[in-house]
Amino acid sequence: MPKVTVDGQEIDAPDGATVLQACELAGKEIPRFCYHERLSIAGNCRMCLVEVKPGPPKPQASCALPATEGQEIRTDTPMVKTAREGVMEFLLINHPLDCPICDQGGECDLQDQSVAYGRGGSRYEENKRAVTEKYMGPLIKTVMTRCIHCTRCVRFSEEIAGVDEIGAVGRGEDMQITTYLEQAAEHELSANVIDLCPVGALTSRPYAFEARPWELKKTLSIDVSDAIGANIRLDSRGREVMRALPRINDDVNEEWISDKARYQVDGLSRRRLDKVFMRTKGGLKPATWDEAFKAIAKAKPGKDIAAIAGDMVDCETMFAAKSLLKASGSSLLEGRQTGMDYDVSNLAAVNFNSTLAGIETADAILIVGSHIRWEAPLVNVRIRKAVKRGAKVFVIGAFWDTTYPAVFLGDELSSLGELPEAVGEIFSSAERPAIIMGGAALAHGALGAGLAFAEQFNLVREGWNGFNVLHFSAARMGGLMLGFAQKGGMKDIVTAKPKVVISLGADEMDFEPFADALKVYVGHHGDKGAHAADIILPGASYAEKDGTYVNTEGRVQFAEKAVFAPGDAREDWTILRALADALGVSVVFNSFAELQAAMIAEVPALGEEGLADFGAMPKASAKARAEGTISAYPIKDFYLTNAIARASAVMQQCSAELLGGGELAEAAE
Amino acid sequence: MLADKDRIFTNLYGFQDWGLKAAQQRGDWDDTKSLIARGHDDIIEEMKASGLRGRGGAGFPTGLKWSFMPKESKDGRPSFLVINADESEPGSCKDREIIRHDPHKLIEGALVAGYAMRARAAYIYIRGEYIREAETLQAAIDEAYDAGLIGKNASKSGYDFDVFLHRGAGAYICGEETAMIESLEGKKGQPRLKPPFPAGAGLYGCPTTVNNVESIAVVPTILRRGASWFSSFGRENNKGTKLFQISGHVNKPCVVEEALSIPFSELIEKHCGGIIGGKDNLLAVIPGGSSVPLVPADQIWDAPMDFDGLKDLGSGLGTAGIIVMDKSTDIVRAISRISYFYKHESCGQCTPCREGTGWMWRMMERLRTGDAAIEEIDMLQQVTKQVEGHTICALGDAAAWPIQGLIRHFRPELERRIEEHNAKFAEAAE
Repeated sequence: MPKVTVDGQEIDAPDGATVLQACELAGKEIPRFCYHERLSIAGNCRMCLVEVKPGPPKPQASCALPATEGQEIRTDTPMVKTAREGVMEFLLINHPLDCPICDQGGECDLQDQSVAYGRGGSRYEENKRAVTEKYMGPLIKTVMTRCIHCTRCVRFSEEIAGVDEIGAVGRGEDMQITTYLEQAAEHELSANVIDLCPVGALTSRPYAFEARPWELKKTLSIDVSDAIGANIRLDSRGREVMRALPRINDDVNEEWISDKARYQVDGLSRRRLDKVFMRTKGGLKPATWDEAFKAIAKAKPGKDIAAIAGDMVDCETMFAAKSLLKASGSSLLEGRQTGMDYDVSNLAAVNFNSTLAGIETADAILIVGSHIRWEAPLVNVRIRKAVKRGAKVFVIGAFWDTTYPAVFLGDELSSLGELPEAVGEIFSSAERPAIIMGGAALAHGALGAGLAFAEQFNLVREGWNGFNVLHFSAARMGGLMLGFAQKGGMKDIVTAKPKVVISLGADEMDFEPFADALKVYVGHHGDKGAHAADIILPGASYAEKDGTYVNTEGRVQFAEKAVFAPGDAREDWTILRALADALGVSVVFNSFAELQAAMIAEVPALGEEGLADFGAMPKASAKARAEGTISAYPIKDFYLTNAIARASAVMQQCSAELLGGGELAEAAE
Repeated sequence: MLADKDRIFTNLYGFQDWGLKAAQQRGDWDDTKSLIARGHDDIIEEMKASGLRGRGGAGFPTGLKWSFMPKESKDGRPSFLVINADESEPGSCKDREIIRHDPHKLIEGALVAGYAMRARAAYIYIRGEYIREAETLQAAIDEAYDAGLIGKNASKSGYDFDVFLHRGAGAYICGEETAMIESLEGKKGQPRLKPPFPAGAGLYGCPTTVNNVESIAVVPTILRRGASWFSSFGRENNKGTKLFQISGHVNKPCVVEEALSIPFSELIEKHCGGIIGGKDNLLAVIPGGSSVPLVPADQIWDAPMDFDGLKDLGSGLGTAGIIVMDKSTDIVRAISRISYFYKHESCGQCTPCREGTGWMWRMMERLRTGDAAIEEIDMLQQVTKQVEGHTICALGDAAAWPIQGLIRHFRPELERRIEEHNAKFAEAAE
């Protein structure tokens, strides 16, 4: 712990801290552009200059200078002030100063810092530099004249995303940031460079000229596009969600979100179900709530009623449905729409036990049947970090483009039980070995074999649990905690032949077996589920209701309501409450607070933000074997995995342009 | 004047063949084994005693630099010697002559120096434009390999040492040691942040020392003739002989080996046939390659040409690439051209240099024609101060110093041009 003084104030800097971090600890603000906590140190913007003794008699870049014992740091001397003014002046001489028409306006580091540290006016009289635009795909809008060459985007692509897509060409004042061949950035996290860009060089293309930051209402929410539960902030104006931005949560998403989480929000105002619909003579016709409830009551389901939870519903909605069914005498609850029937008697066996942050510290990782880049891009980032620290990664399943060195062990699931000797040795000698079971592995019934693997290589040990199941539905863990699972999966529901099937935004399920049942769809988008439904009750999306979500590591998180649902749409729990009345059964709640209280009373873990405790892992059956071939993964198109994304024009464009569609466009020319 | 017997570079002018046989006749590769047999630390001590200061421009004591290298590898990383032959400084052309005509001095030096600092191999990074020189050097390296002088059991010393030649691609900044390391690794030539210094983590993250061609090429001779011989030349703290490269307005521009601290006048009169038009026609001298401030005629004439003597004049020895300018020179245009060079060669990594070099050049261009205001001279001075010392590498300083030298010594000339130009406009307006 080196002791340093910052402007006369003595502080203990942590070991390995930089002078900049020491200054921050002392409460001194150090202006910076290139420095970013999660990226490597470039030291090129020169904005963070401070005076350090002992050292050469010139200002030092504090971001790159290690804090050492006895350093005397000054941030308030004339030398520092002139240095900052000088650097700021240099940054501005070639910056267009087009702030009134710049989307970064109002949240621009350059703006803020030039107010605080810049000169009053410019002394530069020559012509300013102009830089040609660079195409960076459908998500990133470029105005490269504004670029101040901090290289954050370059470092993000190289270090975090693991793709060499962005770089600098040219030299001196002709240096330009580009995607080299001007191809779209083809990465699931590409849009994070927009947040990283301290100026308006990289801005959001779909959000271009839509709103100013100060007119937006900011709501804390949770992303539902995958099971990571990335912490996001929804910026809304009036009744429209304008954009989603990541919030910082080191345990979950660090500072990043996937492009889908960020850009599916335009889907929130398209293809919305804003009226009640009923199927009459084969077609869906608008109806009233009253008519709909009467029609459901007329079906007289009694205890022959089932509820299927979709991938994006919150725990409260699921609990309301569960209460309704319970009052009707039914327990036909299921959330695994595609028919998976893995054993859920012990939730520790279907949880991401290493935790998202913990997987970074693993030193040997076996990925079974998971296209992690698509199923959970943020987990892929963590694994990349682990690899950088020396972890070895092996994959069982069809090839996908990892962003780190990984050995593919073929797509035969049987190899889970008979790893090549060299690989087995790596796992035996690893200190923190881990396995990640993906959706394809679960669908092939490999969970038992995975548990056997965990036991064989002692994955669960003091201070470390290396057994992980990676879900990709935001509602999955919450649903399992609330009992939305039958022993035989969807098959059991089909066999029970329910008279009424309530689909809570379930769009991925097969409605064919329920041809005879009355299918009631409670959801927000006119997608597959609504097409198959007999009655549509318009509900609220994740942005339009308060709700609790549990991510794949069992982390309970609350999301807040950002906007009101459109048209006649209601928050889902109110619909289910009204339905209870229509069916003549009584449920225990009359308000959202009561609903939540009842839910927490039944599953106490849902009442506490943070990791739920699922207890000890189950004993594995020694006979467990996995069979089958993983030749494909459940997600066929990263950009179109849920109803909101499918409705989103931006996601459709991404899918068309970034995933194969590009060749078509080229061929057409 | 340096006696012929005391010259290190005996084939500087290429009167003899550069090949191995001829080089051996001149004394190169003579019992290199026994030089190596003196041991790592002995060689470093001898180099320290010789007072050799790095010949690449900064003048850091060579022996001391070598002593920063790790004595043993704790984690299995090898050490490397990188030889800087990316001679791109305007006015500098000594390494070219060494490589053209005495390449074996460099290769032998690489082996001995590499051995002393416990390096596994030497990488010679040669300027891309030196095409014939690279061919010669590669041929010389091949000759040395064939003769068993380098490679496995180099010169039968029991030490394995490889020499690799790497050609640059024409960027001045790759002459900066850490940018050179980046470039060798195949990346964009941009200087690295220090610390870590190359001696801790350099080429491929391994301990590395970067030395100039001349610093390395003189090593075997210093060891053979002794540190005391070498340090008998020059003043205290400025020992040894040095290749001076005189270009510009002298009657006979040349590259010549001379003792350090030789007065400028002697260098010019003895070796270059004097200033064109005589001593009185001298306007100014840039004594150390384009990056050091110029020195006006009256101050340079009797000055000793060494590190400290020129530092006292507010300039520097640099690479001893002496650019002589007589009174026919448009001094503002000359400095403006240098500014353009630095604008063109800035790597663009850090802000002050990327933005400042262009600004300075554009202002210099206006000052050249006088299309400016008097206050702008002070502003330019301030801008150079905003660049100097605020950058990652020394290119920012190098871009600022020539302009600072001009303003310091030729301000009246700048003001005269501005006044003349503005008077012309005032006339036209009437």
